[in-house]
Amino acid sequence: MPDNPARAATGGPAPARLGPATSPQTVAIELTINGRPRRLAVAPWTTLLDLLREELDLTGTKKGCDHGQCGSCTVLLDGQRINACLVLAVMKDGSAVTTVEGLSGPDGALHPMQEAFIEHDAFQCGYCTPGQICSAVALVEEGRARAPDEIRELMSGNICRCGAYPNIVAAIQQVLASNGGAGR
Amino acid sequence: MPPIPNAETHVGSPRSRVDGRAKVTGGARYSAEFTAPDLAHGYVVNSTVAKGRITGIDTAAALAAPGVLAVFTHENRPRTAWFSYKYQDEVAPPGTPFRPLYDDKVVYSGQPVALVVAESFDAARHGASLVRVSYQAEAHETDLTSRMGEAYEPPKKRSGISPPPKPRGDAPGAYADSPVKVSGGYWAAYEHHNPMEPHATTVVWEGGGKLLVHDKNQGVLNAQSYVSSVFGLGKDDVRVVTPFVGGGFGSGLRPQYQLFLAVMAALELRRSVRVVLTRDQMFTHVYRPNTFQTVKLGANPDGTLRSIQHHSVTGTSQFEDYQEVVVNWTGTLYHCDNVELTQKLAKLDTYTPGDMRAPGAPTGLFAAESAMDELAYATGVDPIELRLKNYTEHDENEGKQFSSKELRACYEVGAERFGWSERNPEPRSMREGRELIGWGMASGAWEAQMMKTSARAVLTADGKLEVACATADIGTGTYTILTQIGADAFGLRMEDVTTRLGDTTLPYSPVEGGSWTAASAGTAVQLACEAVREKLFKHAQKASGSPLAGAKLDAVSFAGGRIEVTADPDRFVTIADAMRAGGVDRLEAEETANPSKIDQLRYTGYTHSAIFVEVRVDEELGVVRVTRVVDAVAAGKILNPKTARSQVVGGIVWGIGMALEEETLPDHNLGRFMNHNLAEYHVPVAADVQGIEVIFVDEHDTKVSPIGVKGLGEIGIVGTAAAIANAIYHATGKRIRDMPITIDKVLG
Ligand code: FES
Ligand code: FES
Repeated sequence: MPDNPARAATGGPAPARLGPATSPQTVAIELTINGRPRRLAVAPWTTLLDLLREELDLTGTKKGCDHGQCGSCTVLLDGQRINACLVLAVMKDGSAVTTVEGLSGPDGALHPMQEAFIEHDAFQCGYCTPGQICSAVALVEEGRARAPDEIRELMSGNICRCGAYPNIVAAIQQVLASNGGAGR
Repeated sequence: MPPIPNAETHVGSPRSRVDGRAKVTGGARYSAEFTAPDLAHGYVVNSTVAKGRITGIDTAAALAAPGVLAVFTHENRPRTAWFSYKYQDEVAPPGTPFRPLYDDKVVYSGQPVALVVAESFDAARHGASLVRVSYQAEAHETDLTSRMGEAYEPPKKRSGISPPPKPRGDAPGAYADSPVKVSGGYWAAYEHHNPMEPHATTVVWEGGGKLLVHDKNQGVLNAQSYVSSVFGLGKDDVRVVTPFVGGGFGSGLRPQYQLFLAVMAALELRRSVRVVLTRDQMFTHVYRPNTFQTVKLGANPDGTLRSIQHHSVTGTSQFEDYQEVVVNWTGTLYHCDNVELTQKLAKLDTYTPGDMRAPGAPTGLFAAESAMDELAYATGVDPIELRLKNYTEHDENEGKQFSSKELRACYEVGAERFGWSERNPEPRSMREGRELIGWGMASGAWEAQMMKTSARAVLTADGKLEVACATADIGTGTYTILTQIGADAFGLRMEDVTTRLGDTTLPYSPVEGGSWTAASAGTAVQLACEAVREKLFKHAQKASGSPLAGAKLDAVSFAGGRIEVTADPDRFVTIADAMRAGGVDRLEAEETANPSKIDQLRYTGYTHSAIFVEVRVDEELGVVRVTRVVDAVAAGKILNPKTARSQVVGGIVWGIGMALEEETLPDHNLGRFMNHNLAEYHVPVAADVQGIEVIFVDEHDTKVSPIGVKGLGEIGIVGTAAAIANAIYHATGKRIRDMPITIDKVLG
């Protein structure tokens, strides 16, 4: 096989490694991620989602659309649920981010929402699941949802193509009930 | 060989998913999430015309951009297989498969025309934005309505897809003579699978020409043979490992173009490469075709069918004749002596459509079961009564017995639970405030198949079992049911069993699809476990003074880490002692499950369902809400009622999407899809899905598969859209034959 016909035929520059990955001007920020403070150098255009997935290997947070249309990338930013694909990491200097990897205890004990998702079979393929769980955890904190209709409405930013919705609602209801139905 | 009885502790009982913890903690890795040192990233550039030639690709700016390593186009594509058949895969329809970056021809809008590879994802994406492609566009046709006149019967049948049966009797004549007639034309829109995980491939360059490929697919062996055939690599050099699949629904049956591109780049650059498609690129490969159908039913005044005519025309690409079963369902579900069913294709300048959840069935049943509802109104016979009147115990298409058919029980149990007897058939007879309420029902059917599949079981002296098969768990629960089967075979706890899937080094499995995996892989695991049990039993009998001496295998049970005489459990040998007696510390067996040829000749296997739906239709706004669904399903043995219910619920949610929301809208001037994102391609969200009840009707079937399983992946969707359309008719008096039934059609 010739060395690199792609380069030869297009007459482009040699594919030598170009120093740091994309050699942009990076910006130094500090984020607390799952309780751990981290100093990071990020390109100004890097989304929080790409930072988590591509650079920190926190792949529990999923990319389903990259356009704020599916909820797969939901994380907690200073306790609020947000779509990590719609946030540039540089804008959130000093914030605290909790991803699905940060929900369980240090001893590996699952968060009640994670337990409830397993118990109610609230997922199939599991791809939307981290986003659903982060969204659900925040929903309970928000204290706005009580009736199933409210849960359905307030969880409608998280698409589950496997159609696990009835079970997701049941899991959230269980956690709400054990919380006395209000935010903690 | 009939399964040796052992107590069923786990099989048949609701069990949580064994991969649950991995999925709720973010520990489950999908194909774009494997990493490698020195990983390069590819980003695809897609064509902007539907047909024509590429006259030039200017890659200079992209190549000059920071971090860009290479730009691959048809001009510099490395050598790949010359013959198009080399690109064929296990499920390819007749034709010549699409070959990415093959030449300057553009055959559909969105076709990949370049791959930019860079040091980072950002850099690749930026580079891709700098590639300039010029085209000489040619006139294209993407509108099925304008190709209807040239529709043809596919000369070559797609393997595994039953073509329509030969006509029976004289359907047109009997129709003309029928005292009651209904007829209509039905339209089904393009749909895209949109699994939440976009298609992605990470190729890990392992040196020495060896590739470790993580690819989103529904069959690692299919992906492996595609790669080895296209790139001329030995199978030993390509290992495909896909432990988790973020939804498939058919989109991962055939290799998608990111697999080709990632492997090509990795081989050329001799380093690891990942290619991930964006959501809008997920609209540039497989989809559910749009289909036009006509149905004519002729009947006696009491509803007895005299004639069925069901014809379809489905769009396909210029290069392949994609086929799915659209029209056969009416002939399978009902008794009728005069039946004419045909399926035609029309060629369009699009990518080849493909299998999407229950390919053909919900489309065909939407037409057939809408027509049956219409016939119920035309004759004044209750819809269930009408279906019972035309019930058949034979598959008249095939001239065979059903291996089992508890559809009658589905109608009964479903109607009872739904409260169907309270229904006033009069349209517009129920209302609450601004909303009209409608109740509708439909029947569902899907083929129950079993495919040749192998599995391995390994038992170790510590009482742990590993079962393994190359098949996939695309969210269907395969890991869990195979664990249940393995655990029960040895009387173990589920925690003592590990199931491995999705790896080309594991025993053979076809692609995961068609609802056949539980029956096939389940039987294979059962057989492999039985073989290990036999070996273990022999060793146990060898122990000096063995309490099992003289016992027969069918008189012992495996429970709690030991083998005991069923009638006298105090006589036992532990697994560890049996292995010691045999001088081994592990026992292994690989077995292959084959469908019974004799049973296949005599019987056809189908799952059935009766689905009941309540809709509420806002009369002023035209908004339709599905407020209640009861689905009674006959699917043989249910291995795990918990995951089984989820699968059927998921199918019903798909049916709601198909009936009311999902539609990829082409712009025929441009020959491309316009709404290629999840904001404009609507899939059901939580607010669209209310009470869904699934009932599994008892059904005993030993012919369909040795473990009595029929499969559940498709049965949930099949009748749902029809039942919703029928409920909308009941609510509004409007018979809408054009899916999805959106607000404009309800108000129109
Ligand atoms: S990936 Fe962020 S909303 Fe879809
Ligand atoms: S579990 Fe598959 S998308 Fe939700």
